[in-house]
Order: sequence, then C-alpha cells, then structure tokens
Amino acid sequence: MKRQIPFALVFIFGFFTIFQYFVPHESSEWVYEFLLDWILIIGIFALALGIWSLWRVSIDKINNRRPNWGYSYVTLAGLFLMIIFGFTAKNGDSWGYYFPFVIAVLLVIIMLIQTIKAKGQSKILYIGLALLFLIISILIGYFDKSWSIHFSTSEGLKNTMFQDFFDYILIPILSTMFSLLAFFIASAAYRAFRARNVLATILLVAALIVMLRFNFYLPGAEYFARTSTWLMNVPNLAANRAIVIGIGLGVVATALKVILGIERGYMGKG
Amino acid sequence: MKKKEVVIVSLLIIFAFVLKYLIPKPVEFSYTVSMIVIILLGLVFVYILIRTLQGQLIGRRVVFLLVGISLSLPFFMKLTLNIPVSPEVRSVYDALQKLPPGSKVLAAFDYDPPSAPELQPMAVAFMKYAFDRGLKVIIMGLWPQGPQQADQAIQSAFKAEPSLKKKIKYGRDYVNLGFQAGNEFVILRMGESFKAMFPSDLYNTPYDSIPLLNNVSNFSNIDFCMDFSAGKPGTAEWVQIAVDRFKLPVAAGNTAVQAPMVYPYLNSHQLVGLLGGMSGGAAFEKLTKKPGKATTYILSQSFAHVVVVIFIIIGNVAYFSRKKEKK
Repeated sequence: MKRQIPFALVFIFGFFTIFQYFVPHESSEWVYEFLLDWILIIGIFALALGIWSLWRVSIDKINNRRPNWGYSYVTLAGLFLMIIFGFTAKNGDSWGYYFPFVIAVLLVIIMLIQTIKAKGQSKILYIGLALLFLIISILIGYFDKSWSIHFSTSEGLKNTMFQDFFDYILIPILSTMFSLLAFFIASAAYRAFRARNVLATILLVAALIVMLRFNFYLPGAEYFARTSTWLMNVPNLAANRAIVIGIGLGVVATALKVILGIERGYMGKG
Repeated sequence: MKKKEVVIVSLLIIFAFVLKYLIPKPVEFSYTVSMIVIILLGLVFVYILIRTLQGQLIGRRVVFLLVGISLSLPFFMKLTLNIPVSPEVRSVYDALQKLPPGSKVLAAFDYDPPSAPELQPMAVAFMKYAFDRGLKVIIMGLWPQGPQQADQAIQSAFKAEPSLKKKIKYGRDYVNLGFQAGNEFVILRMGESFKAMFPSDLYNTPYDSIPLLNNVSNFSNIDFCMDFSAGKPGTAEWVQIAVDRFKLPVAAGNTAVQAPMVYPYLNSHQLVGLLGGMSGGAAFEKLTKKPGKATTYILSQSFAHVVVVIFIIIGNVAYFSRKKEKK
C-alpha cells in the first residue's frame, strides 16, 4: 500500500494533466486551476524546507567543528536578522530600544544553537539564558512604542534596516562574487585556453570574434560584428535548437516513465 | 592571512581613500592622456609576451591587476564608443514604440543581485522609456529579490530624470506585485487569473484597490511583456507558457551568458526581441536616446574583453613557439 498509493496518484494526476490540455471544458479547467494552486502551495513548503535544511547544515557544521564553522554563525545570524527586520517597522523618528531588541533575539538564537551542542548542566544553563533573552526581547517589544511588529503585512519592506541590508550588504557581496569571474576567466584564458586541436581552435576563434564584436575602435570591427551575428544566428542557434529539442524529447520520455511507474527515483528508490 | 596580502589590501584601501577624498572630482583624462595610458598598457603586454615567450608565465595577480586596470580606467577616459544596434535590440524597441500610451506592460524581474550589474542598467533604461512613453507597468518577480531590483530600477530612473517622479504615481502608472513562489506554475496560473497569484501588491494593498489593475484579470489584458532574466525560471518559461499557450508578446533582457540559449526562440519569432547583456542595454539606451549606466559600462567591458583576447593570444603564441622549439 505504501508504494501503490503514490503510484496511483502519480498515474491519475499525470494522465489527467495531459488530457486536460485537450479538453477546454469549464469543469476540467476548474480542476486544473485547483491543481495549479496545490503546486504553488507545495512550492512554498519547499522554501520552508530550504530554511530548515540551512539551519540543520549550519548546526551540524558548528557542532562538529567542521572547517570554517565560524561562518555558520554568520549565516544563521544573517538569516534571522533579515527575518527580524522583515517583521518589524519603525513608527516614529527614533529607533528607541530596537537594536537592544535585535541583539536580544540574536542571543536567543545563539543560545538555542549552544543548547543543541551542549551536554549535561551546561544545556540547562543555555536553555535558561535563551529564556532570559527571550523575556528581555518580549519586554522590549511590549513596552517600546517607537517600533512595532507586523506579522502579516509588508511593513518590514519599508524598514530602513531591511532595505539598507539589501542595498548595502547583499547586493555588493553578491555582485562582487559574480564580478570575480572576470578576473578568473582572464587568468584561465591566459594559462589554459590553447588551440591544441581543431575543435579547440574553432572554439577559440569563435570566442575571440564574439568578444571583439563591440570594440568599434579596433580595425576590422565591422567584420567582427557581422561574423559574430552569423555565429550566434547559425551555428549557435543550430546547436541550441538541437539541445532544446533533445531536452524536450527527454522530458516527455521521463514524464511517461514516471507516470507509468517505470521510473521510481522520486520515491527514493531507483 | 599572509603579510604580503595584508600589505596589498592596505595599499588598496589607501588608494580607495585617496581616490575618494583627496583627488578633486570629476576625474577625467584628456584624449592625449587616455592615449598615453593605452600605449603604456600596450607596452606592458609586449613585456608580458616577451616573458611568456621565454617560458616564464606571469603570476595570476598580475593578470588580475591588468584586468582591474582595464575595467576601471575607461571610467576616467573621454572616449566614446559607437554602439552598434543589433536587429534583436531594434525589435524590442520597435515593439515598444508601437504600443500606444496607456498600454499595459508586464515587467517580470527574474534576477537577483549577482546579475544586477548586467541587467539593472537595461531595467532602468526600460523604466525610463516606459514611463516617458506613458506605458503602464505591472511589475512581478519569479525570483525572490526581483521585486526589490525593480524598486531600485524605478528609483534610479526617477533620480536620473526627476521630472518622471512628479509625473508618475504608484498604483496609477505602475504597480509592484512582488514575488510569488512556484516558478513556471505562477505564469501558468496568471494565464487564468492574476489575482489568484497576487491577491495584494508588494505593500499589501488589495488587488481590487489598485486602480491600474481594475481591468486586468489575466494575460489577455496585457499588451506586452518584458522579462529581465538571469536563469531559471526566466525567459524560456515565459516563452513556453505565456507565449505558446496564452499568445502574449514577450521580449527579454538577458545576461550575456544566457543570451545564446535564447536565440532559438528569437529565430522562431516566439520572442519579440532580445537585449543581450551589457551591450544590449547600451544599444537600447542609444535607441531610446537616454544614455545611462550601460553606455558607460560597455566601454569598460569592451576594454576588458580586449585584455582577455590579448592574454589568449599571448598564451597561444608562447604555446606554439615552445612547440616549434621542441620539434
């Protein structure tokens, strides 16, 4: 039964979704829309699962003192900081005791991490400290009227701290990581990009032409631009089209295998 | 951290400090100085070629430094680049140009900060142009940070053209519906009902209270869609669902890495047009006659491309000369 029910569900919903596409009846549309809503709900659960997975991986790293375990504290602090900022908003001109509140909540999280790691009496100590900081944060939240907590609204998006962390921390960090590619590509190109055989030569020449297409101060720039357009529109297009069609056929074949119960990898067994 | 690295980082910090506080702004090289700098760089490459031919590959830090210089120097140079306009960029512009004022344009922001340096300039250019033309923009994101990027693009557009800020009103001229989880299924569901996917906007205003969305129920009420995408879910999903199933005209703005993969949709006319990478953004700015960051950055990028090409050539010349010696 444990195996038959999932197979039956996959078979029914799989075939229904295929046939629904060809049946433009109102009731069929209604069931289809209902199923689509279910997919989105499952998608949102995946987000929660992602956060839980991040928590588990980071805790495991801290507990077992794996390489660079200290950064896991930073990861978790970043995660919870953004959540705190997203749920809180300033009411007036002053922040009041907002920052002591943020620190208290972060300390609760840190104490909880330590509790998981600790054994014996120190476990009780950390639980006690977590409770203490929790009470402090609740008290600050209750008495401080200069800011407020908003659980089901988007007030947090207007929180300066939320926006500033996004603008001045997240964006520069992620952009820097991506920008580093330019430097590594240049270094790798100098050391390893060699015309060792015919295929490598074709790749190299194509890469040079495409890279030089926008340098209109170079002699022969028009030629590079035209050749580059041809490269993109003919060989690149042909190769990509072949890949796309191949993927499409593969998806159809895999979907049929899943629906018919031949492919059972999604159940955790091959 | 090694002592050498500490020294390098300290020097960089001092350099940044000097650049920010001690050098009068704007720093701009004359044409002659620009040419001297380019010639000096050329001499450095000749030296590198000689060393490489002697069998001594230069260290990667030198490569990094030269790429860094080639990326940053153009910001101070008075050189201008004649930006070519590709047919795919022109198609985007023409399609937008055909829309009468008041047309509803869906702008999907399917990217996050790592791709922002490449996609943000074209998003800003698009916003400036759309607001200037009186197009009504409905923003949404299949990527969590997309709606924030859209907000930034709008603020940048307002900063560049303060007159727009007075003219454009939230809820009437544009709306940000925010992010919705579910990848391509969000597009599929939007084909039936926008409201089912976005019961309220990013700021929690109910869907029915937003004037711009009064007559918008699904894709049939949208005149055009512009998708700024850096991966999946992105342009391919918009084409496969919004274009093929709901016949929505879609154009895309992609990163240069992703652009070649989108060409099959362009050639089959499933995609109206494409702004590919920084060059696509710069060409769009040229067509809209609103030069912005893409026009500035493209010179920098083209310099870096030349440097990479030179490194490839040097590496290969050395490779073949050594091969010849061995024979």
